[in-house]
Amino acid sequence: MVLSVNGIKHEVSADPNVALLTVLRNDLDLTGSKYGCGVGACGACTVLINGNPTRSCITRIDSLAGKEITTIEGLEKNGRLHPVQEAFLTIDAFQCSYCAPGMILSAAALLNTNPSPSEDAIAKAMNGNVCRCGTYPYIVKAIKLASKSSK
Amino acid sequence: MENPSFILTRRKFLKLTGGGLVVAFVLKDLLSFADETLPSGPAAIPTGEVGAWIHIGEDGLISVYTGKVEFGQNIRTSLSQIVAEELKAPLSSIKMVMGDTDLVPYDAGTFGSRTTPQMGTQLRKAAATARQALIEMAAKSWNTTTACLSVENGMVVHCETHQTIGYGALTKGQQILRTISDNVPVIPAKDWKVAGKTAPKVDGRSFITGKHAYVSDMKVPDMLYGKVLRAPSYNAKLVAVDLAKAKGMSGVTVVRDEDFIGVVAPDVVTAGKALQLIDAQWQEEKDQPATADIFDYLVKNTTREEGAGDKNGDVEAGLAGADFRHSQTYHVNYIAHVPLETRAALAGWSDGKLTVWTGTQRPFGVQEELARVFKLNKEKIRVIVPDTGSGYGGKHSGEAAIEAARLAKAAGKPVKIVWTREEEFTWAYFRPAGVIEVAAGVKKDGTITSWKFTNYNSGSPGMDTQYKTVNKQVTHIPSKTPLRQGSYRALAATGNVFARESHMTDLARGIKMDSLAFRLKNLEDDRFKAVLQAAARAFGWDKPKAPGHGYGIAGAFEKGGHIATCAEVLVNEDKEVKILRITQAFECGAIVNPHHLENQIMGAIIQGLGGALFEKIDFAAGKILNASLAAYRVPRFGDVPKIEVVLIDRKDLPSAGAGEAGIVGVAPAVRNAILDASGTGIATLPMIPNGTLR
Repeated sequence: MVLSVNGIKHEVSADPNVALLTVLRNDLDLTGSKYGCGVGACGACTVLINGNPTRSCITRIDSLAGKEITTIEGLEKNGRLHPVQEAFLTIDAFQCSYCAPGMILSAAALLNTNPSPSEDAIAKAMNGNVCRCGTYPYIVKAIKLASKSSK
Repeated sequence: MENPSFILTRRKFLKLTGGGLVVAFVLKDLLSFADETLPSGPAAIPTGEVGAWIHIGEDGLISVYTGKVEFGQNIRTSLSQIVAEELKAPLSSIKMVMGDTDLVPYDAGTFGSRTTPQMGTQLRKAAATARQALIEMAAKSWNTTTACLSVENGMVVHCETHQTIGYGALTKGQQILRTISDNVPVIPAKDWKVAGKTAPKVDGRSFITGKHAYVSDMKVPDMLYGKVLRAPSYNAKLVAVDLAKAKGMSGVTVVRDEDFIGVVAPDVVTAGKALQLIDAQWQEEKDQPATADIFDYLVKNTTREEGAGDKNGDVEAGLAGADFRHSQTYHVNYIAHVPLETRAALAGWSDGKLTVWTGTQRPFGVQEELARVFKLNKEKIRVIVPDTGSGYGGKHSGEAAIEAARLAKAAGKPVKIVWTREEEFTWAYFRPAGVIEVAAGVKKDGTITSWKFTNYNSGSPGMDTQYKTVNKQVTHIPSKTPLRQGSYRALAATGNVFARESHMTDLARGIKMDSLAFRLKNLEDDRFKAVLQAAARAFGWDKPKAPGHGYGIAGAFEKGGHIATCAEVLVNEDKEVKILRITQAFECGAIVNPHHLENQIMGAIIQGLGGALFEKIDFAAGKILNASLAAYRVPRFGDVPKIEVVLIDRKDLPSAGAGEAGIVGVAPAVRNAILDASGTGIATLPMIPNGTLR
């Protein structure tokens, strides 16, 4: 089947029931999306599907025909970082950063639907993304910064 | 020295660096190795005697070689700052070479909050020696004395002629090796320009763009994917196995070595299918301890009469002379590290040499494990640790490295293994469970007359009381453990400080004394007092609180970090507990990077909240019952209260580590706040798995 990832169409030979995360990482060499739990409970594998944050580890590829998939590799446009990436860099939020791609995509999706979220709204929208290093307050700060800068 | 291998031979030095200036920090003062200049001397330093080295190349690039590894502590940044400071060189001219056993000197591992106080100090001195050497080289080149020469911005500068020469130009065509051991003048913290200031994560961009390759992301030509057959429960014996179906799959290799069975395949999906096609029969051991009876089990199954401990005076007499006596047994459950990147390794064999990329806190320890398993000389094994998706003390061992190497050997091609979350929960190791008995007595004026503290199984770190006590008996008694246990951030200190600081507040309440005043009265350590006062001030300890609200305080010093934590909680009529805010003061000497230190302390508080409130491994009959992130609860955005971190910068004191101490105050501070609000003194970690008091 054909998967459209970051604006590029890929012919994929994997079984239809294989998880998108597996295809991204192993067939397309897009390793920015991370494996964290395999059950959609940590958010490390988050990608955008038609703009909606989606756990790629529990999303079968046969559900994705005709849909546009955006991974962390697709956020940077012509060498320019996405405003959310810029904000995370400015706040210097992370420690090990393994959660970073999933956090950034979830945050980008949140700001698309709610350009000026309150801290409570951020916590609610981001609650499915785990940062085991516990950098949450800096992530909230970065999202606030991105929300202002994207105005 | 056992198996003497000389790493800094001239040949190796040239191979590694291609010339230039190298300054090696030698752990022992080996006079015979002092100030060797390569062309004239045999310059060879035993591997085990070198702590770190710095190379300045002809291009001016400063390469720093250390066995420490980056797991998110941001030491790649802080160590760079330390070197940049002493060499007065731009941060961008420094490259850290970390955790590669072929390239860096031996290091026991990255744990125990030792990077900043030990490696930081070694690199500081090595860089200071390099600075001195560069000045001497410039003096020679300009035919002048060193008196008027200084360094700035990667150059040596003449104070009168204002002539400059870059480090690269100075080291061009040179092959100089200097060794130092100690007593090198370094720049005092009060004069720091680069260290002591916030600098962003040096390679932050590669992480937020998803470009950084963790081990689990790596791919090399011809690489295969491996999976390992796991037992259904601990101590299960393999009775029979049918490998035929898996072996029949195209491209699949099945490897069996007694009870070790693994598969390799050209892609990860096929490897998974092959594993499922293995038909194994196991004899399981059903009669194994469970969560429900673990504490009883630990007390009844001690492995020796008495472990480490300390004894002064007479605790019985002290207790008899007390106005208020209080005994309590505290319980600490097993918890899991849950590093977001699970164990992963990529191994390949070439000409009898094994190379393994793996995320371990002990690259040289894993090299030794591999040497034992494969009966190889250590020189034949290279372990490389790319910056890893966290560890928290949970990645000291090399399970995935051994598995990948076994499969790669059998397959004749490189093999990558990435553990599933379930494997990580089940086959790694846990923070030990423990039972802690405390019996103490106090006089009405707040004098502690007796302190008896017994820790079963969870460990001795942080066990000794830090308060004045004439009569004390502190003991650690190891037990048989049904679950594999090991290091965890701050080790046993989290449980021991929980018991001690809970008990201290109970004693204060027993004599109706303010629990901060009670602590201060019994403290001699000025740094501990200072953090308690700083936390109380920022928190507003003296301010009145609303009905249903409670305040709690706790503190300790651990591995050079001094910490005090205040918490405010609300317990409503339904006995639901809400953590409202936490204020934590922290002092670890001269601060190297304020933002990264604050981040580390913030992270420790939030991780600490998990073990304090709800994290707990649930097990029975040799199975982990919550081996999934859907079942094992870790702190999330919604669990984070308002947190204030107060950092005290003591530029007059050496910098200590900060990875661990920050976690120990949260649990007792919250517990004491719940007690203040509700009258209920919880004695078990986690305290409120369901968010309510029963």
